[in-house]
Amino acid sequence: MLLDDYAQVAGEDAIEHLRQLARPLAGKRFVHVNSTRVGGGVAEILRKLIPLARELGIDAQWEVITGDTEFYECTKAMHNALQGNPLHIPERLLRVYEETNRANAEQLRDVLAAADVVFIHDPQPAPLAEYIGKRSGRWVWRCHIDASHPHRPVWKYLRRYVAAHDASVFSLASFAQALPHTEYIIPPSIDPLSDKNIALSEASIRETAIRFDIDPTRPVVAQVSRFDRFKDPVGVIAAYRLAKDYVPHLQLVLAGGSATDDPEGEVVLAETRAAAGDDTDIHVLALAPDAHRTINALQRLADVVIQKSTREGFGLTVTEAMWKGKPVIGGDVGGIRLQVIDHHTGFRVSSPEGTSLRLRYLLHQPRKIQTMGWKAREFVRENFLVTRQLREYLTLCVGMLHGAAERIELG
Amino acid sequence: MPAEQLVQFSVKDCALLTIATGRRAYTLGELRAGIAGAERDSIYFHFWGGLLQPRFEEREFNNDFAAWMRHGLHDSRLAEKLAVIDPREYTSLDLLRSEVVELIDERLDEAEYLHFSRAVQPFEFMRAQIVVFGTDKSVACPEELAALIPQLPASSIFYHFIDARRRVPEAGDDFSAWLVNFGMPGERVRARLAQIDPYFIPLSVLRQQLADAFADQLENGHVVG
Repeated sequence: MLLDDYAQVAGEDAIEHLRQLARPLAGKRFVHVNSTRVGGGVAEILRKLIPLARELGIDAQWEVITGDTEFYECTKAMHNALQGNPLHIPERLLRVYEETNRANAEQLRDVLAAADVVFIHDPQPAPLAEYIGKRSGRWVWRCHIDASHPHRPVWKYLRRYVAAHDASVFSLASFAQALPHTEYIIPPSIDPLSDKNIALSEASIRETAIRFDIDPTRPVVAQVSRFDRFKDPVGVIAAYRLAKDYVPHLQLVLAGGSATDDPEGEVVLAETRAAAGDDTDIHVLALAPDAHRTINALQRLADVVIQKSTREGFGLTVTEAMWKGKPVIGGDVGGIRLQVIDHHTGFRVSSPEGTSLRLRYLLHQPRKIQTMGWKAREFVRENFLVTRQLREYLTLCVGMLHGAAERIELG
Repeated sequence: MPAEQLVQFSVKDCALLTIATGRRAYTLGELRAGIAGAERDSIYFHFWGGLLQPRFEEREFNNDFAAWMRHGLHDSRLAEKLAVIDPREYTSLDLLRSEVVELIDERLDEAEYLHFSRAVQPFEFMRAQIVVFGTDKSVACPEELAALIPQLPASSIFYHFIDARRRVPEAGDDFSAWLVNFGMPGERVRARLAQIDPYFIPLSVLRQQLADAFADQLENGHVVG
């Protein structure tokens, strides 16, 4: 049983809690909709939430909308605009976005119209709520993006579709926008038993180091992230160069998977490679979207993990690194603030200079790395495992199906 | 009355879901206006909800308003004054709200610059939805409850010892309300429970303190009803 496996990591209490919350939801049909089955944090978490919910007796389904290159070009622009990038999205692309959603609504109508609760993830499928027509269940828009300062024209366009839902969910309160329905706050989570997070043998970590020509006997810092400007990989290289003067044997790993809904990745990858130049201690690795064990090994190989984002939804790669007992130097933005606690689980920084300073501080004090890493892991165990997120989704569903009363008493 | 004729104590559990109200404050004046106009459950959340939220080690301040004064507006003086407010001393959330507003007004009178100071990170007004559900656990006497408490999840402790303050304000908590049925020994446990300050400690430590209170007061494990 999957739930028994999770009980070993998250504790029996957490699982018992899930069972109790799931009881009134037994037999209900929940459908999650997003735009990619591989790559990105949303797909990763759905891959675990769905089987866990099913094991709890809930009829959980996962549907993926499909579109062409122009559709993804548009949704990538929306994603960046919601994160504050002042992008103009041409009318032509907005029409593609609408038509694609209309076509997907046709295809998914039977499934979605009959569901008890539908979770729409991010802007890509947001118009479905309007296009689906008559619906029997409750619809929830789940925003995984740091939408604290959205580019207003794009938000104004999207707001109409988001407002058609019965509730929305944001990762942090600061991301919430003015909407005519209840806005829940649920931080995301990681799956401790997935390939990306499961314990690995020393031999397999060493094998990964050899495969990428990384010397495991020398200090390694790593940033594992999509190649995206908001993750600032070029800024990480600048920080590494500043630190390298003081830690001459330092190696940097910049590893990123690619997602089918991210056409901008190639451009940023080329910029990153250009910034790395011919420094053989910088390893820029473009990995397949399913290279989870490799990413796991690279995070474990690192002495310190960096996540120098300038905008961030929640930053699940931070959670992953912390779960592996690594202190994290993270950008002082979004959900990183909730996870990286200065001097306890890592350091929050705002520039390449700040990043290099904290790198030097940590790399010269191996004992600090160890104690901060231990604290980081325990903090994740308490707060950011998938069982906690599932508990909050179940609570939300109970709430949605019982009206939005402040207090709901069951049984 | 023999203990076996008394009502059983049914253990409940709860899950709390945070809701953004959409109201934010960047200045002390905005915070004051926000508190004055906030729904009661928002005031409750900012004093008590933190106990079930992700946090690191022990809370530096026992309510969110004090924490924001220190880290958002960097005014230690008001932060400290707000931090000593004990919400248990107020019989209603409106009285608690008035006290907070009063302290803010006082500070605005004495420090003019606070009319203009602006925080980088705003104060986010939140509230919570609580889902309460029954468990299959129930006890008939204080000894059984004493044995059960160490095994209760933190959220159950929250429900019976913290959330109860809104439901049974005269008793303070569900355990004390039930112990009324058990004569002097019950009274002794109630007196010990009343001394516990649940405000700064994590729920796991609170659970241990409750377990100790029961164990200390139930001599030889016997209570006569």
